[in-house]
Amino acid sequence: MTYTADHPPVPSSEELRARIPGWGADLDPADRPSVPKCQALDTGARWDFPERQPEKWPRERSIEHQMLTPVFGTSTPPRGLSGVIRRHAYRKYSEGRAAHWLLLILADRVDAAESHVQSVLSASPDNPITESGIKAEFTYKGWQDRSRPNRVDRAHAWMDPLIVGGPWLLGGAAAATAVVKGAKLVTRRSR
Amino acid sequence: MRAMVYRGPYKVRVEEKDIPPIEHPNDAIVAVQLAAICGSDLHLYHGMMPDTRVGMTFGHEFIGVVHEVGPSVQNLKPGDRVMVPFNIYCGSCYFCARGLYSNCHNVNPNATAVGGIYGYSHTCGGYDGGQAEFVRVPFADVGPAVIPDWMSDEDALMCTDALATGYFGAQLGDIAEGDVVVVFGAGPVGLYAAASSWLMGAGRVIVVDYLDYRLEKARTFANAEIVNFAEYDDIVVEMKTTTGGLGADVVIDAVGAEADGNLLQHVTSAKLKMQGGSPIALNWAIDSVRKGGTVSVMGAYGPMFSAVKFGDAMNKGLTLRMNQCPVKRQWPRLFSHIQNGYLKPSDIVTHRIPLDHIAEGYHIFSGKLDNCIKPVIVPSAAA
Repeated sequence: MTYTADHPPVPSSEELRARIPGWGADLDPADRPSVPKCQALDTGARWDFPERQPEKWPRERSIEHQMLTPVFGTSTPPRGLSGVIRRHAYRKYSEGRAAHWLLLILADRVDAAESHVQSVLSASPDNPITESGIKAEFTYKGWQDRSRPNRVDRAHAWMDPLIVGGPWLLGGAAAATAVVKGAKLVTRRSR
Repeated sequence: MRAMVYRGPYKVRVEEKDIPPIEHPNDAIVAVQLAAICGSDLHLYHGMMPDTRVGMTFGHEFIGVVHEVGPSVQNLKPGDRVMVPFNIYCGSCYFCARGLYSNCHNVNPNATAVGGIYGYSHTCGGYDGGQAEFVRVPFADVGPAVIPDWMSDEDALMCTDALATGYFGAQLGDIAEGDVVVVFGAGPVGLYAAASSWLMGAGRVIVVDYLDYRLEKARTFANAEIVNFAEYDDIVVEMKTTTGGLGADVVIDAVGAEADGNLLQHVTSAKLKMQGGSPIALNWAIDSVRKGGTVSVMGAYGPMFSAVKFGDAMNKGLTLRMNQCPVKRQWPRLFSHIQNGYLKPSDIVTHRIPLDHIAEGYHIFSGKLDNCIKPVIVPSAAA
């Protein structure tokens, strides 16, 4: 085949019907739920345009939208430096621009850093051990499973602890350096 | 209430949050009974989806009991046991009026390229999700449905995304009687897509992955032939060989943004975020399908560009079909298939994890540990 008009052989439909429960139940391509792609269905909506949800703060939106959508999520409003970056990304760049998405990803990293710093000063500081779920490496056979053959993800899995722990180590090192330098400065001045 | 919150890449914890209020007259507040972690939640967890904010609650697969309804809600009442599609949609915009519920234009101010999804970053509308004790459900008269009495909780939960998406993926393949179907990815969506391909008359169904335990599930759950790509130097050549040199008639990409199999692609996308996703599975799909064949893309990718082999797709005359699944359109037929015993969605659930241990749930699902295929989260109030 391939070089002739024949299709590679497959089991007969009768054989498949006997072996696979429900084989061919949706055989007719025209009788499938997503065919045709576009079709008017009763959705339950009783409005031409939905009533508007109150906007409790200036809601950031894509400049490709002509207006704020009537309904929207209210989780985690933008805040801090990350919020400034997010608002700029929405205000300045359309979804078609890489800058829009790259700024939002940058804002996500700034948000994480801001939140970690804030949490250290709070009653419930971040705990990278519990929040990363690393306990599962011991309680859910993690190490055993990772050592199985054919785990092609081993080639990059080693990077994950660096991604999780790296910023904490760098932050800790920066804090320790600042303390040591501060102490030296105080000692020098007191002489 | 207790709710999962995102704390930055690879970190989540459970916090006390306020029960969400009614914000629109057609809102409902649902007390979550079961939620699931979806493979696409891992893209958020790994920090790959732009505008994923610290403090957000994830979770777009959940069922529960109606706790409160807004003044305009007519189809639901407190106490109803409901399943909620992952799509948030108005039911009346240009796209909803044509059945494209996943492309609704009235629910996501942050982007026009994607509709609204519960707990899936601000890029998908900024809604908190269902990995919590309570969740706000907009357009309660449109999206959710009362769970049929005969349906189990876990079957209903799987219908809210993974099963509907897998079944939709098989439909987008335009499978004809006797077609050879290859499914890349033996996660929940891939397993359901493989099982659904038989319903549409596939002649052979081949599932490709590198995790033996998932491939074994593909064999037993979806009656599929299985291929471990880690055992081959070149999986595309193997796909051609096993299809008599022709290539598959239909290939379904059920992997998406964090595909393994090519370190450079994985690192530049999943680790360095330089691409919207690692397109290795999609490129394998393009190269493994026969000329004139169809590639159905169910794997989720981010909004950034990816290095897709578009020239091969053009030169081969392929049909590429894709969309987020309009879930509720699939339900009547899926309910019938479940009742008839053709599909057994809850058979792929491997873990039931209390909400308070959700960090471990994410870790084992992300690391593919403990033979994890589908973890289900049980909120403490429902335990």
